[in-house]
Amino acid sequence: MAAAARFFVRGAYWKLSISGVGTGPQSSFAATLLKLSPGSSSRTKTQRRHVAHFTFQPDPEPTQYGPTEKMNMFQSVTSALDNTLASDPTAVIFGEDVAFGGVFRCTVGLRDKYGKDRVFNTPLCEQGIVGFGIGAAVAGATAIAEIQFADYIYPAFDQIVNEAAKYRYRSGNLFDCGSLTIRAPWGCVGHGSLYHSQSPEAFFAHCPGIKVVIPRSPVQAKGLLLACIADQNPCIFFEPKILYRAAVEQVPVESYTVPLSQAEVLQEGSDVTLVAWGTQIHVMREVANMAQEKLGVSCELIDLQTILPWDVETVCKSVVKTGRLLISHEAPITGGFAAEISSSVQEQCFLNLEAPISRVCGYDTPFPHIFEPFYIPDKWKCFDAIKKMINY
Amino acid sequence: MAATVRSINKMYGVCFNAARQTTGLKASRLLQHRAFRVGAVHWQQPFDASLEKPQFPGASAEFVDHLEFIQPNVISGIPVYRVMDRQGNIINPSQDPQLSKETVLNFYQKMTLLNTMDRILYESQRQGRISFYMTNYGEEGTHIGSAAALDPSDMVFGQYREAGVLMYRGFPLDMFMAQCYANADDLGKGRQMPVHYGSKDLNFVTISSPLATQIPQAAGAAYAIKRENMNRAVICYFGEGAASEGDAHAGFNFSATLECPLIFFCRNNGYAISTPTNEQYRGDGIAARGPGYGMLSIRVDGNDVFAVYNATKEARRRAVAENQPFLIEAMTYRIGHHSTSDDSSAYRSVDEVNYWDKQDHPISRLRHYMTARSWWSEDDERSWRKQSRKMVMEAFEKAEKRLKPSPELMFTDVYQEMTPNLNKQRDSMWRHLQQYKEHYPLDQYVK
Repeated sequence: MAAAARFFVRGAYWKLSISGVGTGPQSSFAATLLKLSPGSSSRTKTQRRHVAHFTFQPDPEPTQYGPTEKMNMFQSVTSALDNTLASDPTAVIFGEDVAFGGVFRCTVGLRDKYGKDRVFNTPLCEQGIVGFGIGAAVAGATAIAEIQFADYIYPAFDQIVNEAAKYRYRSGNLFDCGSLTIRAPWGCVGHGSLYHSQSPEAFFAHCPGIKVVIPRSPVQAKGLLLACIADQNPCIFFEPKILYRAAVEQVPVESYTVPLSQAEVLQEGSDVTLVAWGTQIHVMREVANMAQEKLGVSCELIDLQTILPWDVETVCKSVVKTGRLLISHEAPITGGFAAEISSSVQEQCFLNLEAPISRVCGYDTPFPHIFEPFYIPDKWKCFDAIKKMINY
Repeated sequence: MAATVRSINKMYGVCFNAARQTTGLKASRLLQHRAFRVGAVHWQQPFDASLEKPQFPGASAEFVDHLEFIQPNVISGIPVYRVMDRQGNIINPSQDPQLSKETVLNFYQKMTLLNTMDRILYESQRQGRISFYMTNYGEEGTHIGSAAALDPSDMVFGQYREAGVLMYRGFPLDMFMAQCYANADDLGKGRQMPVHYGSKDLNFVTISSPLATQIPQAAGAAYAIKRENMNRAVICYFGEGAASEGDAHAGFNFSATLECPLIFFCRNNGYAISTPTNEQYRGDGIAARGPGYGMLSIRVDGNDVFAVYNATKEARRRAVAENQPFLIEAMTYRIGHHSTSDDSSAYRSVDEVNYWDKQDHPISRLRHYMTARSWWSEDDERSWRKQSRKMVMEAFEKAEKRLKPSPELMFTDVYQEMTPNLNKQRDSMWRHLQQYKEHYPLDQYVK
């Protein structure tokens, strides 16, 4: 380590560029150092970064929306935006870094195709991005704002909660910003830590006047995003970033919508209702299989999709049938959206419940870096919760 | 000192000089000027280290080899543009907009009608008839002068002390009163506190209480309007206190970088509730911030309705022609309390207030202008006072008698459509009212 430090101070100035950029055919400074490091040749399992906590399960190819193409989730978002810019001349897309294609490549190619007045960068200011978006929507444009990470949405909280959500109500329907959609990458990604992993849906679920939507897959993402854009209420669309590349499906190339505020029953079952959204759906799919194989328990899996306004009826109908409910999300358990679902369901289905409603969520800590494998509500925690519910 | 002034000029660069040469330069040349400045920042190609010129992408400037901090010039700051002196005499005849007698009389009548409505509604709050009110005393010139310089189709984003703009555009007294009384005629359906006016027909976006939130919204609206290409502008009003909010910084920066046809109109009236300007900012007011964003800026005498008119008119013309924002800081004084919840004698002297009321008031300055031309006599004044008072009282009495909107309207417009959840809650409320009706003031509401 000391040898390396000396190397840095003495050698770097003359022989190599400081940062190692563009040093030509010879190995860069950093690569050389790493080769010399003792641990480099025998990287053990514990030193390798862990694999994802789920396996993405694609849905069957949809046949009712016309021809499809293989797309991952960021490509399905691009496709939705492409359809929108093509059909709606007032539509504009803006945010930090969207012009070159976006840090998650969701807007690749759109500026070249539709022009720099329609796909443009804004200064680095979330309250400005959302405020600007509200104003554009009030003036009649279809405004699609991108917040670079959901973790950075909070400066815009005032604009979202005090302005966007209340525009129509407070003006007696004279004015509204219904044509505003805010998109933001959401959820854990393996190494995101405190500020690149958050799931803030619970903060916004407490705000009448906006809609909050979270897709589980590319087909859902495109359909739900188009539904949000078409919806005449301001919508927040959270995109599970870990699925941007990992989730690949056959996605219709034409425009189509998936209805908002309608939860989807992904598989029917008789013993336990599982409710989740976004990435966690894929965890729950595995959990349902494990429960069936190891416990002989039949699970009904529901993708909530729209957090606000949420489909109480579908969830209650399921719980009336099964008598048991498990809700799971990455966000911290206290005040998380599972609490709202739990409270409403016990009000309506109290006498049908065979066991207390179970919530398997993140701990009440900020989202940690190296401890992520222990933090997230993985399939083992959910499986264990089902076991306890069955044996209650 | 000269060196300091020179370096300040250099810092402000093109836009400051451009502001001085407004009358001389054609709009298109200024546009090229601006485009060049933007281009210079972008295209530093080809990079050439042999040139002794900075190559940084972030700024286009010269090197300097002595250490000197730029002095913020607060002692003699940006000058205040005015057309009339405090007695209402035109100082420089070339600046007199030479509006028709009819127009000027209309200015005067709108300002005084606003003043009359303010007096009556303030008093009505004191008597418990309405819950809250905010007066516009002393700032009538900023409202009328700017409103008159706009096109009726221009969009207005306000803060809360711009009722004169709405009045100028023709918002009926009945509608002002209906909103303050939150009765069944209120366009806002009784949902907001008094003075939170809005009118779609008059392009006046409904007021909201959070300060400065309208500033980035105005930038977005202006951008959308620019794309429509229909010769419309947006004006955004705010106070010097609201200008401290982050949203103000956001709005200024966005409007400049995204080239929006927008007029920022700051009413610097000396106080944000009890906070005087020396506790609000340390720089040279709000106008001095404009150049920092690359915005053309001006400071005007807000109590001089013609100065306000001229500045707004020119700003509007150029904002639309050149797609860039303008910042107008209208210096004025808040003669009234912040609101009916405030007693300003707790933080300022009666003498200070009296000075502005008696010696530098937009209404009396305009009256002097009119009487000097024999456009307005004592008789005119007496009969107008009587007439305007009568108009206001009639609207007032009518508004007071009107029922409040149906409680049904508590649940609508949360979303464009009713949701199952809200339907259930509404039904639950009516069931509750059915059973406990004697505890609720249902007789005051439309069924």
